[in-house]
Parts: sequence; C-alpha cells; structure tokens
Amino acid sequence: MANLIPVAKTVGSNKMVPTISIPYPLGDPSTSKEEQWKLRYHRVGVALDALTLDTKEQTVFSVKI
Amino acid sequence: MKKAILYINQFFGQIGGEEKADFYPEIREGLVGPAMELQKQLGEDVEVTHTIICGDNYMGSNTEEAIEIILGYLEDKEFDIFFAGPAFRAGRYGSACGHIGQAVKEKFNVPVISSMNEENPGVEMFRKDIYIFKGGASAAAMRKDIKVMAGFGKRLLNGETLLSADEEGYYGRGIRRQMWLEPSVNATDRVIDMLLKKVHGEPFQTELPIPEQDMVPIASPIKDLSKARIAIVNTGGIVPVDNPDRIQSASATRWGKYDISNMDRLESGVFKTIHAGFDPAAANADPNVIVPLDVMEAYEKEGKIGKVHDYFYSTVGTGTTQGEAARMGREMVADLQEANVDGVILVST
Repeated sequence: MANLIPVAKTVGSNKMVPTISIPYPLGDPSTSKEEQWKLRYHRVGVALDALTLDTKEQTVFSVKI
Repeated sequence: MKKAILYINQFFGQIGGEEKADFYPEIREGLVGPAMELQKQLGEDVEVTHTIICGDNYMGSNTEEAIEIILGYLEDKEFDIFFAGPAFRAGRYGSACGHIGQAVKEKFNVPVISSMNEENPGVEMFRKDIYIFKGGASAAAMRKDIKVMAGFGKRLLNGETLLSADEEGYYGRGIRRQMWLEPSVNATDRVIDMLLKKVHGEPFQTELPIPEQDMVPIASPIKDLSKARIAIVNTGGIVPVDNPDRIQSASATRWGKYDISNMDRLESGVFKTIHAGFDPAAANADPNVIVPLDVMEAYEKEGKIGKVHDYFYSTVGTGTTQGEAARMGREMVADLQEANVDGVILVST
C-alpha cells in the first residue's frame, strides 16, 4: 500500500494498492474520524482481497474511496 | 542569450521543511536557492529567468494536478533548457524532478537535466526520459552536482559533440547510437576478443548491456483468507514512543517488531512515528493511518481474515539504501515465516 505507485513499481512490488498521501497513507486528518475509517477499511480490504488473487504480472488494484 | 528555468522543492526553495511539503507549486522570477549557483556555473551566455518551487508531498500526492499547474506557468515563458534538482538521495524529490522533467520535455521539447544519487528511485523511473547525472548522496554535493549539470547544459546549448552516457556522467537512457571506433576494429574481431576473455575468466565490456530489473516471483495466492494469519509491516517508522530498538529516523539499518496481541487499535501517545521524511503530526495523532490495526481487527472480527499477527513490523524508509532495505526485508520475512504468517499488508510512506 503506497502513495508513490510509480516508485513501488520500479522497486518491483507485485501487488499495489494506492494510498492517499505520504504522511497519512490511510486517513486524511482534515476529514472526520468516520470518513477516515471508511477509507482505511475500504483500501485495506482491497489489499486483503489482492492477496487471494492469482496475478501474473505487477498489478495496481483500483480503489473506490 | 539562452534562457533556462530551474525546478526545486520546498526545502531548497527556502519555504520550509517537512511541515511545508504540501506547498502549492509556485513560479518566481529570478533566482531562488540553488538557482544562484546554477546561474553562476552557467555563466554569461545562459540566463536562469525563473525558479519553480513545489512541495514534494504536493507533487507526490497530486502529481497530475501539480504538473498541469506548472506546465501552465511555463506556457508563456521562453526557455531553451530546463533543470530540476539536484535531488541527491531524496526519493520524493527525485521522483518529483523526474515527473516534471518528463512532462516539460514532452510538452516543450527542450532538453531537461537533473542529478540524483544512484540510490534515488527517481533514477530508474526517469533515466530513459531525461538526462539524470550521477549525483552525491546529500546536499553537501550541491555545488559539484550543479557544476556538472550546468557544464553539460552549456555544451548541449552550444551544439557541441556529446559523448556516451558513461563518459558524460549521466545514467544511460537505453539509447543506442552508431559510432565509428578509433582505431577501427571489426565486429568479428571484437566479439572473438570478448569470447577469449570470457573463456579465460578475464573481465570484458559487453557492447550490448542488458539492464537488470530486480523482480521477485509473485507469491501464490492465499486460498482461504478466513483462515489466514496476516501481518502488518510498515516503512513509516511507527514505534512505541520510547523507540526501544533505536530505529534511525533516516537511512535506517534497524527494524523492530512490536506486540499488539492485546490491542484493537494503535493509540496515540503509546505509539508514534520516528520517520524524519514527512510531517509526523497526523501519524502521531492517530498511528492507525500508517499501521491500520483498527480495521484489521474489524476484518478479523467479521471473519474476513483468520487472525491479525501478534506483532507488527516497522522500519524507516527515508534515505534507506535499497541494499539495506532488501536485507531488512529478508530478515522480516524469515521471522514472519517462522510464525506461520500467510500474508502481509505493507504500508509505505
């Protein structure tokens, strides 16, 4: 889970899920605790699902929130 | 008189450190920070007319928008060459220099010159797009790196004959150009010479280097997530507030693992970040934004995953060499495998 996806690709990560920033990858402090939770819950969920997928090449998974 | 424009980050633009890393892109007439040294090295024939300043995090998190804004600033400017950096070993800065350099080259078709240390991930990302010179590890190399960038820029603008990437001192762009050898030796003789050296175990220089990419095999998928043990690893420097393993805030060589078996979230005041590469305020106020234990516990309760591993793992990713990072990664994996962990969520900052 990374904000700089191009860097993650270059260093050879196989499964990548984008995060929202460098200092706070999974929750923007200018939003409510509830919104932060929703975003974090969603993106970590995408990452967990990615662990179960049989990918054949470097893959960036898309997120909805 | 030829004209040049320089791109720098918020730090070298004298806006501020990490707390200003979200700085919105700005263009200023004249010379700011390193632009002064660049002007000095370029001499009288080239004028640095503007300095562009942008926060590293702003570029990192809003790349497309930042590029669009900066290209907009440049639209009505006349310039013959574009410089970015030098970025030394600063990963976000290097990446930013590459992103903007690539866009400027594409849109305005002017040469773009940067400089980065070989450990900077920006090198691998953008060496094919712009000239990136082999630079120092830290700002101590500022003058030297700028001198090299300026020297090459002047020769480019004067239309002088340029040598190969190795001879000029920039990272090869993967471009092959035909040239006459002096003295001339037939290809058949050259290849036999190489072959003989190879059989005799002597060093030789190939004429067709194949770049290496450090890829790892993709792990086989987890079949049943609801029975899997999942660990959280992060490079954002989240540690107990007293940093018991004394993990370095930059250029880390140490990592730690911390017991979270009795917690369902990471509390502020108990954990904090010691990472020196970004503003720690958000992560100190809520460490779960980097180590998402709270939602992992929720997924465990729901039965989506079997178990959150009892420890999370931590190190710091800023200035850390790829060699050290790879070693720490291998050590963590050995520990995780011993604990029968099936999968890892790795959060990087």
